[in-house]
Amino acid sequence: MNPILEVRDLAVTFRTGSMLNRSDILAVAGVSFAVHPGETFALVGESGSGKTTLARAANGLQEISNGSVRFDGYRIDGMPARERKPLRRDMSMMFQDPVGSLSPRMRVGDLVAEPFRIHGLGAGSIREETVRLLSLVGLSAEFVHRYPHQLSGGQARRVGVARAIALSPKLIIADEPTAGLDVSVQGEVLNLLNDLRERLKLAIIIITHNLHVVRHVADQVAVMYLGRFVEIGPTGKIFSAPAHPYTASLLSANPEPDPDKPRNRISLSAEVPSLLARPSGCEFHTRCPWVGGKCGSQPPDLRQQDDRRFSCHYPLAPGAQAPVKEVSHG
Amino acid sequence: MSAANSDFTRPARRPDFARAFDAVRRITAEPLGALGIFLVALMIGGALFADWLSAYEPGKISPRDRFLVPSWQHLLGTDQLGRDLFSRVLHGGRIALTVALFSTAVSLLIGIVLGLIAGYGPRWLDNLLLLLFDSIKSFPTVMLALALVTLFGPSLTAVVIVVVLVNVPGYARIIRTQTLALKESEFVTAAESMGAGTVRILRVHILPNVLGPLLILTSMDIPVVIAIEAGMSFLGLGVRPPTPSWGSILNDGFTAIRDTPWIAIAGGLPIILTTLGFTFLGETMRDVFDPRLKRHA
Repeated sequence: MNPILEVRDLAVTFRTGSMLNRSDILAVAGVSFAVHPGETFALVGESGSGKTTLARAANGLQEISNGSVRFDGYRIDGMPARERKPLRRDMSMMFQDPVGSLSPRMRVGDLVAEPFRIHGLGAGSIREETVRLLSLVGLSAEFVHRYPHQLSGGQARRVGVARAIALSPKLIIADEPTAGLDVSVQGEVLNLLNDLRERLKLAIIIITHNLHVVRHVADQVAVMYLGRFVEIGPTGKIFSAPAHPYTASLLSANPEPDPDKPRNRISLSAEVPSLLARPSGCEFHTRCPWVGGKCGSQPPDLRQQDDRRFSCHYPLAPGAQAPVKEVSHG
Repeated sequence: MSAANSDFTRPARRPDFARAFDAVRRITAEPLGALGIFLVALMIGGALFADWLSAYEPGKISPRDRFLVPSWQHLLGTDQLGRDLFSRVLHGGRIALTVALFSTAVSLLIGIVLGLIAGYGPRWLDNLLLLLFDSIKSFPTVMLALALVTLFGPSLTAVVIVVVLVNVPGYARIIRTQTLALKESEFVTAAESMGAGTVRILRVHILPNVLGPLLILTSMDIPVVIAIEAGMSFLGLGVRPPTPSWGSILNDGFTAIRDTPWIAIAGGLPIILTTLGFTFLGETMRDVFDPRLKRHA
């Protein structure tokens, strides 16, 4: 099956600094992945690892400095807005802030109807479509009169879902779809997305730092660090046996619902390095508990092993324990 | 705001009335707000009903009645040509109000359009417009007025042009700043990601959210406009002589202020009262509806 979205060597550069002291920040530093219809692809990583920038670039909201983005067979990076518009019907996006992504002076009805208006669709039946979409996400028709500030976070999120699925897209990019929701509502939203994915054969890219969400919904997962993928592959494999130390530390930091379960937390030393001063060699070596001989000098390649890829000179064996750190008190 | 574009406005109109009533009540609850509304209403009422309120033609010269002291016959007395000052003040109010409303509306329209372009358009255009705004702002108002009058001659049009030139940079800057802030907001990005065009984003998503604060600030600018009109007419750069204007009445009185002070008072008092009225009203509106603006103003 052809991928619905194919990203190759994508890089995004931001310019900063004054006119005399220009410096470029590589927010996304060359990533490649593909998402197939009906598949859920998760992007995880710390804040500032470039997840959102990558999503925006994949959606065409962000200029890219290198690489290519193909959606449904069309190359969309650098495509003029007018040509891209019809493709936007098939690709929608959900944003981090459920209330903030809704225009504050518009009523819920108009917000849900907006995709139809933008694309000049459903002329006579916008009202019915809107009500149908609202009921699909579990909101009553009453809500069409409400303003965003009159919604709870969960309700606003549902409106966001209704907007995202309005035109029956082929791909939804969901940026932190569970942020700011309490656990029961998180579950409802995820089930809703999962449900729609099965029913509409949607592909979903989900950006999150909640690993429970990933385990719950994702088929594939990519772990980002400083704008690069350090590990990418099937969710089950990566969760049970992470090969990259960063993945392992993320997984070990994930809170477990069972308090009696023995835990083996890998704590990372040092701060996340600045994108302006990337470490030499393997960019994770400044924080890696397993750091070895050539890590500081030689950058590892993203190498393929079975159906996953990772970039580490000394990949972890399944079930590896963190080495005991010599802590120097001085 | 987007009512014409909405299928989802409530059919019942009552809540809107109730809200408007509530707004007025919140303003009159403040003593200054009540005073402001009273003074503004007085001025508007006087201007609207000028013909009924005064028994005299504002321009009728009767040399026998020159320099009459205020009396029941002539509430504010008469000037050096025997014209009834009360009538001239009311009709002058008409000029002041027309100029204020018309030129403010024009400045708003131009300011909003330029502000949106500067805020949402490309960087170079933004810089160009800012340079333009700053250049206009760097002229003192009087110099601008003098320059324009030398070009066009003294007239109401000159007054309107001066007011527009003075106001537009400020309005445009407010709109620009807010547009810049909203441009990066998630709801605008969301609209972009759906494929919305620039016009739709500006009209549906940005304009309704930048208009409120601007309208409140505008009401505080009206006294400035009235002062500009009066000032230009005082200097002989505005309204031509037979037409009554507060500024020209003030000028008539100014030449003979020692002997006939009531003429200057008749010209000056309405300027002071309406300026105070609009200022009180504007400040109360600002405090009541948008307390955040207090810091910026």
